Amino acid sequence: MNETLRHIRSCKNLLIGGIITLVIMGVAVLAPFLAPYDPINQADLLRSEEPPSYTFLFGTDIQGRDILSRVIYGARISLSIGLIAQCMNSLIGVLLGLTAGFLGRWWDDLIMGLTNVMLSIPALVLALAIMAVLGPGLFNVFLALGFTNWSFSCRITRSQVLAARSLDYVTAARAIGYGRVRIMLTQILPNIMGPILVVATLGVAYAILMEASLSFLGLGAQPPTPSWGGMLSTAREQLFTAPWISIFPGLAIFVTVLGLNLLGDGLRDVLDPHTTRRRR
Amino acid sequence: MVAFAFRRLLQFIPTVLAISLIMFVLLNVLPGNAALMAAGAQDRGMDAKYVEQMLKRWDLDKPLYIRYLNFIENLARGNLGRSFLRGENVGALVLARLWPTLRLALAAMLIAVGLGIPLGFLSALRQGSWLDALSMIGAVSGVSVPQFWLGLLLMFFVSVRLELLPTSGYGEGGLAHLVLPALTLGAGYTALLARTTRAAVLEILKADYVRTAEAKGLPRLTINAKHVFRNALILVLTTAGLQFGSMIGQTVIVEKLFSWPGIGSLLVDTIFQRDIPVVQGCVLLIILIFLVVNLAVDLLYALIDPRIEY
Repeated sequence: MNETLRHIRSCKNLLIGGIITLVIMGVAVLAPFLAPYDPINQADLLRSEEPPSYTFLFGTDIQGRDILSRVIYGARISLSIGLIAQCMNSLIGVLLGLTAGFLGRWWDDLIMGLTNVMLSIPALVLALAIMAVLGPGLFNVFLALGFTNWSFSCRITRSQVLAARSLDYVTAARAIGYGRVRIMLTQILPNIMGPILVVATLGVAYAILMEASLSFLGLGAQPPTPSWGGMLSTAREQLFTAPWISIFPGLAIFVTVLGLNLLGDGLRDVLDPHTTRRRR
Repeated sequence: MVAFAFRRLLQFIPTVLAISLIMFVLLNVLPGNAALMAAGAQDRGMDAKYVEQMLKRWDLDKPLYIRYLNFIENLARGNLGRSFLRGENVGALVLARLWPTLRLALAAMLIAVGLGIPLGFLSALRQGSWLDALSMIGAVSGVSVPQFWLGLLLMFFVSVRLELLPTSGYGEGGLAHLVLPALTLGAGYTALLARTTRAAVLEILKADYVRTAEAKGLPRLTINAKHVFRNALILVLTTAGLQFGSMIGQTVIVEKLFSWPGIGSLLVDTIFQRDIPVVQGCVLLIILIFLVVNLAVDLLYALIDPRIEY
């Protein structure tokens, strides 16, 4: 009975998370049709800092731009950075984890050593150090986030490969005379995609948070680009005169990240019922 | 135990070396040559003589491996170099910011431990109740909420609307200025700890020794306090310790938002000024704190849990 309840609840996570993620993706794709105003070139100082109303549902910012339109367009930046950065991380992590787990020996030691070093540097600090050298800008954020967060993918892939390596289907593939690369890519990888996908989903959420943080610090997307974190970077000064500026972009980040986290948790529970039973 | 501590300390050295190498390569070799930029070469056009002079002054004309060896030698002596912009000793500059950062992180940790552990414990004991549902919703939200947004909201409602606490700054070092930054930093970790505690307690409730305790008729309260809580604490404290390390990294954002004079805000400011030696000093100090905390957690873990043998 308890088991069934738990299953339904994990499906609920998956469902809610999936719906939120799909809606945000839809908003990002359809931004030009959904946004009532131009997100960048609509500055009108006469309409500066207007509170939310029927004309401007989320109010206007200090330059008189419609915040709703900017939040809608911001979805494009957040999602694309999150997805691309995590794709790079997954690619690096899976490649290293797959080879480390399958080939073993000195390569495994080297990769695991590197992973442990990466894990002992706080991710935000590493990203900041990279941004310090490359300078502010959206493209540099891709680089700073895309190469720094692969250690989780690497570890999970390696542990999965180690478990799969001695299973019958791998032995069978070896017996037919498959090469090592072929076994890794066509036999093992498809069988361990589940956990990798879960880590990737949570990684997208994490990358979106990191991009927002960097942009908030003024290191990410530069004005007038409508990025959620960037919209909040000057919000503190306007807290007294126009608090709505702080509310909506932050809410957008929160909902998006929440959706992805729920999706990741739900995926984990559904794809891997064994860990669920052990974990709870 | 002593042997384990010694071995663990030995592992510490290669990690620090590897990190110092990564940081050195990152800050000195990557395109853009940040050190050269900070020396002012770009602002003054390409006045070759000036560039040469600056390169010599900061030892940038030497080959890379010599610069790295110099860097390591200085690091071993605790000498982090001089700031490009101010000429001040980086070590002194960074250490002056250490206490505010530690104070902020400790306060946040106190909130996380004080709220997260009881909350997780209660939700596990009342699994499926409204308290459980509520605190688990809170836990997922707490992990997903961007810190700077939470900080802005707290600032708005508590400081601007209710005028209860100062919006930002360090003040005279009193508690009033500490509350909001600590809450902002601690919220996510409270959520994480509640989640970890809940999972640990649920796991332990199924253990044989709990069933034995029930079977011999011990009162529920004794079982929960003596058998469940204590054993869960071992797991939870490890997580808390590891989180404390990552919290040090997260202080950057909270410090910047609340104009808190810690290492994090120094780091962000000097990134904009391209003062690479100070950036390097801040980054290394943050990583060092992180590593020391993790080391301490490992040692403590071995001390607390007698089942672990090394």
